[in-house]
Amino acid sequence: MQIYLPIADMPVNIFLVLGMGLAVGFISGMFGIGGGFLMTPLLIFIGISPAVAVASVASHIAASSCTGAITYWRRRAIDVALAMMLLSAGIIGTAFGVWLFTELRALDQLDLVIGLSYVTLLSIVGALMIYESVRAELRARKGMPATLRRPGSHNWIHGLPLKMRFKRSKIYVSAIPVWAIGFVIGFIGAILGIGGGFLLVPMLIYFLRVPTATVIGTSMVLTLITMASATVMHAVTNHLVDAILALILMVGGVIGAQFGVRTGQKMRGERLRLLLGLLVFAVGMRFAHQLVSVPDDLYSIREVTGQ
Amino acid sequence: MMRRTLMLLVVLAACAAEPALAERMVVSLSNNRVAVTSSFVGENLVLFGVIEPGPDRAALRSNYDLVVTMTGPPETIRTRRKERVLGIWVNIDWREFVRVPSYLTILSNRPVEEIANADVRRRLQVGLDYFLLTQRIGPDIADTVRDDPYRVAFVRLQTFYGLYRQSSSAVTFLTPSVFRVAIPLPSNVPTGSYPIDVKLFSGGQMVARTTSNLEVIKTGVEQYLVDASRNYGLIYGAATSMMALLIGWFASVVFRRD
Repeated sequence: MQIYLPIADMPVNIFLVLGMGLAVGFISGMFGIGGGFLMTPLLIFIGISPAVAVASVASHIAASSCTGAITYWRRRAIDVALAMMLLSAGIIGTAFGVWLFTELRALDQLDLVIGLSYVTLLSIVGALMIYESVRAELRARKGMPATLRRPGSHNWIHGLPLKMRFKRSKIYVSAIPVWAIGFVIGFIGAILGIGGGFLLVPMLIYFLRVPTATVIGTSMVLTLITMASATVMHAVTNHLVDAILALILMVGGVIGAQFGVRTGQKMRGERLRLLLGLLVFAVGMRFAHQLVSVPDDLYSIREVTGQ
Repeated sequence: MMRRTLMLLVVLAACAAEPALAERMVVSLSNNRVAVTSSFVGENLVLFGVIEPGPDRAALRSNYDLVVTMTGPPETIRTRRKERVLGIWVNIDWREFVRVPSYLTILSNRPVEEIANADVRRRLQVGLDYFLLTQRIGPDIADTVRDDPYRVAFVRLQTFYGLYRQSSSAVTFLTPSVFRVAIPLPSNVPTGSYPIDVKLFSGGQMVARTTSNLEVIKTGVEQYLVDASRNYGLIYGAATSMMALLIGWFASVVFRRD
């Protein structure tokens, strides 16, 4: 069944988009991520323009992270103070990202920047995840307990001034790295149409030593608010949010996520991280291939708006 | 201003070039208004027409050729070219096609090359090769030569997306003086006014010309959403965000297990 997308200006098969929402939702529920880094390329692949895809996916991620955030809220696994601190910088990062998005679009270099950033981010993060989970797996096989490097080991980040205490997470860190992380995530999210959960969680764990109990919930709150505001900002500046597309994706996404969570809970942490790492790395390689291989057509066209 | 002058010149040139028309044509479109709804997947229109003797009551000729040109609302479209820079493919250069038709279909009963010579085709803009596609070249706006790589790429891509087409089999003469034209309208057509220009040829010269018009409109929810997103971006964005939060909340209630 075809449905016409008013902003993307094209008809799509409603079941195809719903299926994509379900599949990405399943993965996002399984790994506790937003899934934007999978959804945006998929939408581009079925012919939706990158700009509309990025802008519409933001609201889809907001919906799926809202479900997650509510669940974690009930379990009291969210550090509100930390989330607010990250947010204060996150919003600025998002605004900056949306501004750069508009500028790059006008220069015809948006696709390139999206492609390059995906390659860099996804292959590095994917490789790190694979490396780390394989090491943990090997250690477990040798019979050594999987030790998480946690408290005690202070690094240079803990020497920075402006220290704050976050009670729920039981950490005492400087506000500077918190703001920096918030800004980077907001910025990347707005430009690439990703929630940044798969970047934020490792950053919070490694740089700020946030305990696993609160890290995912806190990351989801941040994703929720940055993506909701990215939706508004994209709608105001670029008029490219397709509400019909977003609605279909959201419905598929939230349902898929429920089944994903159940599957994810049955798997071991290291195995799960290895799978996610492989997935992230594969998407990164897909983008690399696209940038380097000879394109089918050297020419492309784009409507110039506002004239 | 310059653009208007240019247009005026083109129109004047076209008028001056037209010979005294001996025949008259009456055409009727199966549907003058196409509504783009949520289930729109394109449409096929049919244009019927009859050739009649002109005021001087001259007898009808035995063989006519027909060329129908339908154009969509004008758009400015950038054509970009990629080149390899440091191993990756980058948009390196672009040309802007200014106020060219967003949709262009040229339909005839046989190949336009056989209908009229290149001179006539150029003067009357018959066929994709001779249709005026204005580019911004420095401070000027003008069409380029037919085999300009950007023009070729632009026409090829628009054809690939189904927006430009040229067909020499879409016009059927039911009798020597009654014809039927099948006009396909793909699903990705923009909304707006679509003038239809019908030219009748005989012996390599145009003998009659008439026009018709099609309106493609968005209706209902689609139009409402487009208006809202263009004019009330803030409210539209906020509403979309609210929808996301509501669906997220709803899912957490429906699937609640603890």
